[in-house]
Amino acid sequence: MSRQANRTTDSKKMNSELFTLTYGALVTQLCKDYENDEEVNKQLDKMGYNIGVRLIEDFLARSNIGRCQDFRETADVIAKVAFKMYLGITPSVTNWSPAGDEFSLILENNPLVDFVELPDNHSTLIYSNLLVGVLRGALEMVQMAVDVRFAQDTLRGDNVTEIRMKFIKRIEENLPAGDE
Amino acid sequence: MDTRFTRGKSNILERPLTRPKTEVSVSAFALLFSEMVQYCQSCVYSVSELQTRLADMGQRVGASLLDVLVLREKNGKRETKLLNMLLFIKVNVWKSLFGKEADKLEQANDDDKTYYIIEKEPLINAYISVPKENSSLNCAAFTAGIVEAILTHSGFPAKVTAHWHKGTTLMIKFNDSVITRDKALDSR
Repeated sequence: MSRQANRTTDSKKMNSELFTLTYGALVTQLCKDYENDEEVNKQLDKMGYNIGVRLIEDFLARSNIGRCQDFRETADVIAKVAFKMYLGITPSVTNWSPAGDEFSLILENNPLVDFVELPDNHSTLIYSNLLVGVLRGALEMVQMAVDVRFAQDTLRGDNVTEIRMKFIKRIEENLPAGDE
Repeated sequence: MDTRFTRGKSNILERPLTRPKTEVSVSAFALLFSEMVQYCQSCVYSVSELQTRLADMGQRVGASLLDVLVLREKNGKRETKLLNMLLFIKVNVWKSLFGKEADKLEQANDDDKTYYIIEKEPLINAYISVPKENSSLNCAAFTAGIVEAILTHSGFPAKVTAHWHKGTTLMIKFNDSVITRDKALDSR
């Protein structure tokens, strides 16, 4: 709470290299700690989720954005405001499903993967899987259950990095049992 | 086949080494770092183990940062003198990591192999409140790891630790061999 006094709507910026390298150090550590890539992916997702749950508050406070009317607006806010604010990039939103409940984020310059190359024995590692957790956690806090996954990844030889997001359902606000 | 060889699926080696213009928000870093600290905490039993783990991760950052900084800012020339090496850390390394020079660089009065880098409000600790029951914890151990790797990989083996003193102080203790060599260079 002590930081409330000097909080501004403009977030402070820093050089992305420390961020990139710190993330790299974390992934390296996880690869040492866990047996296989699946476990690392899972752990990254979990950590991302924890971040997302906290990040959404920071985001809502800084951006003055209210509730989104539909999933299209959500997509726009994520790509044009949130990604810009935190990672300094603006992914493009494409590949809408006809029902409008599924779309893709195409990342041009993912700052997490600057100067990263996957060694052969980690071919199933989803290096930036933290982002998946962040998106899921943050959206869950605004009552949206969303399925997030990496559909393509340049690190694994694809042409682009694509995050696929699918709206599952609106989470009803439940009162805790016996608390009425 | 050595996995360090690139297999042409990324253009990583074609990229210019100049500093990229991209910036990320401090919040993004703070949240990531906080998650790292919590993860480390879940794997250890004591404060010192936690600091060691953070320092290990910092070492990796330092090791990968050194080459690129030397090429970018020093035209590929490494420092051989102790004082210049310390200034390289205080000025160049700090600027590239934290956007500013370190507040102070001091030598211990009573010991010619001990130096301090003092930072009043280090970025790493900006959003961390240390719990009372382990008040010795200093997450700047991560920065200490970065500095230790940079020194060691430059040929100045040292032990770097983080302490609470006038803000956050990184204490650098050089190996005797480093001091001896530096004196020999001086007298030549």
